[in-house]
Amino acid sequence: MTETSATKQEQVEQVVLLKPSKGWIALNLKDLWLYRELIYFLTWRDVIVRYKQTVLGAAWAIIQPVINMLVLSFIFGNLGRLSTEGFPRPIFTFAALLPWGLFSKALSDTGRSMLSNRNMITKVYFPRMIIPLSSILGGLVDFSIQFLVLIGMMVYYKFMPTSAVWTLPLFLLLALATALGVGLWLSALNVLYRDINYILPFLTQFWLLLTPVGYSVSEISPQWQVVYALNPMVGVVQGFRWALLGTAAPSWISLGISVVISLGLLVSGMYYFRRMERTFADMV
Amino acid sequence: MSEYAIRVENLGKRYMIGAQTERYKTLRDSLTNLIRLPAEILRQGMGGRKEEIWALKDVSFEIKKGAVLGVVGRNGAGKSTLLKILSRVTEPTEGFAEIHGRVGSLLEVGTGFHPELTGRENIALNGAILGMKKREIERKYDEIVEFSGVEKFIDTPVKRYSSGMYLRLAFAVAAHMEPEILVVDEVLAVGDAEFQRKCLGKMSDVAQEGRTVLFVSHNMSAILRLTEETIVLEKGRVAYRAPSAEAVDYYLTSGFAQSGERYWLADEVPAEAAPFRPLALRVRNPQGTIADTIRSIEPFMIEMEYQLDAPITGLRVGLYMLSTHGDHIFSSFDTDNADEFNQYVMRPAGRYVSRCSIPADLLNDGRYILGVNASTFRVRRYFQDEYALSFTVDSTGAPGMQWAEPRPGPIRPRLSWDIKEIG
Repeated sequence: MTETSATKQEQVEQVVLLKPSKGWIALNLKDLWLYRELIYFLTWRDVIVRYKQTVLGAAWAIIQPVINMLVLSFIFGNLGRLSTEGFPRPIFTFAALLPWGLFSKALSDTGRSMLSNRNMITKVYFPRMIIPLSSILGGLVDFSIQFLVLIGMMVYYKFMPTSAVWTLPLFLLLALATALGVGLWLSALNVLYRDINYILPFLTQFWLLLTPVGYSVSEISPQWQVVYALNPMVGVVQGFRWALLGTAAPSWISLGISVVISLGLLVSGMYYFRRMERTFADMV
Repeated sequence: MSEYAIRVENLGKRYMIGAQTERYKTLRDSLTNLIRLPAEILRQGMGGRKEEIWALKDVSFEIKKGAVLGVVGRNGAGKSTLLKILSRVTEPTEGFAEIHGRVGSLLEVGTGFHPELTGRENIALNGAILGMKKREIERKYDEIVEFSGVEKFIDTPVKRYSSGMYLRLAFAVAAHMEPEILVVDEVLAVGDAEFQRKCLGKMSDVAQEGRTVLFVSHNMSAILRLTEETIVLEKGRVAYRAPSAEAVDYYLTSGFAQSGERYWLADEVPAEAAPFRPLALRVRNPQGTIADTIRSIEPFMIEMEYQLDAPITGLRVGLYMLSTHGDHIFSSFDTDNADEFNQYVMRPAGRYVSRCSIPADLLNDGRYILGVNASTFRVRRYFQDEYALSFTVDSTGAPGMQWAEPRPGPIRPRLSWDIKEIG
């Protein structure tokens, strides 16, 4: 019974003023925190629903990157003959496909997320940012499954994790921040312009080519490295390989650039999203 | 602590016209607009006039804590816009609303339900979407399941549920969220009688617990039964606020346009009605004059005039007759009879009148409401206005008038009686 009175008291405090907002508005991260359970539930829903009524179920989380690995190894290895800094190509590619898969899935999921959750947006209030956020977090489950595969491969190829393996969560965080930043832009833009649906596949493909997934960063000539690092996924992929397999470490400069760009995308994405949020229900 | 649960001041919501028809923009449009912009500005002057409609304008009212307020109004009067603003789904364009407490709404039943998830999973998800805490959902879980009456199927994906079961489960979750302010919109229009009874029951429970209720409905008897006070919305403004009996009376009588006749202006017809365009609904006495009052002992005509901008196959234009309590008395369609049904399989574009004769000695005295509907069976509903027109029946000369007492019931048929002495 004490529980009831506690929740009652919590609710009595709540006074909401609804008025037209003008210009740039605060990010309202407090509301996001209040609704944290919804983030969890929506993520959980996306994960559960994804593999329902599929014959192979969660095995798809493994099959997809493995096939990707084979295709990329074939194109960049057998055809392109690009360097892997002397590492076995399968594990070299797979270590990069892990964060890349998370990122590319996040792009396509967030892009569509606002539209596929239209009926919630037009009926109930909750911080809208929860929708792209939870569709990104859903990818972490696939990521964990794939990580197990990677561990298996490391055992097979007899790789010991390097002493830098503790940095892995940081690179994962960088990947998530980049994905969320781009995802926020895409999902908000997609409410306004459905063209995003058509642009997305190209964007993802193009981005894959600009990211050293199938090849090594060393393929890029030194004077272009700084420009190359403008793509935050370069830092992420390089970091993953470095922490797991012991390839050349990413330089502080390119890493710094990646982090700055990623945070820039994230913060601008959040503000743009918040600015558009007020008309989502009328536009979606 | 404020004594009000909701305070609304000069609330307005503007929609740009066209936003509804071209539902979203494409980049190309934006780019071409950008190129055309200088020319536009020159042509229109710097004002840049845009077509706009105010779904709500200058709406001010307040609800005291624990009060039950009814909201009535015709389609397009701004009811749903008001609810959308109050439930924070969309922002007002001007003015403000102050909400004290958590708003729950029964218009959100089943929001976020996922067909692939089981009943149990959907309860958790839907609860979270409605703003319940995980602990709260767990605590009320058993109660929700029992209330919904779908215990046996709780681990079945809801896509296998019948629509009734689905609705009951969805309602059960919404009904258990215990908001300080409950907003109810037209849920009573869906579901079977049992479900509607449950809804109304839950609503009066909530009201009796001292929480605030905002009740939007077309069901006048429910409004009268459940609310103390009612506001009438007309074209986005508060036209009237009074104790419910008075407000309902205002809505049903003066709230309607011309007596005995109802016109639809172009802007009152929703875009999705096309190619059907309602023009007028009229009640005519036996002399053929348009009348607000007809005599129960005489036959009369109800006619619906409309325009088809394109041919429609399988169209049926229907009438509903309702009592002022909102109960249906009868429904009838212009192609009910085999002759018309066969002759008008396809109606070419053009202007039509569908006329229906109501026999003498059918209705009791009182006021009646006419609704109209244009649809193709199980394919599409073009247009519906359940409260299009009201008229009065005068029962002078009807059977039983020698006793000056009201006869209950909406109909007062002239029946033949036979009295025999049998012993």
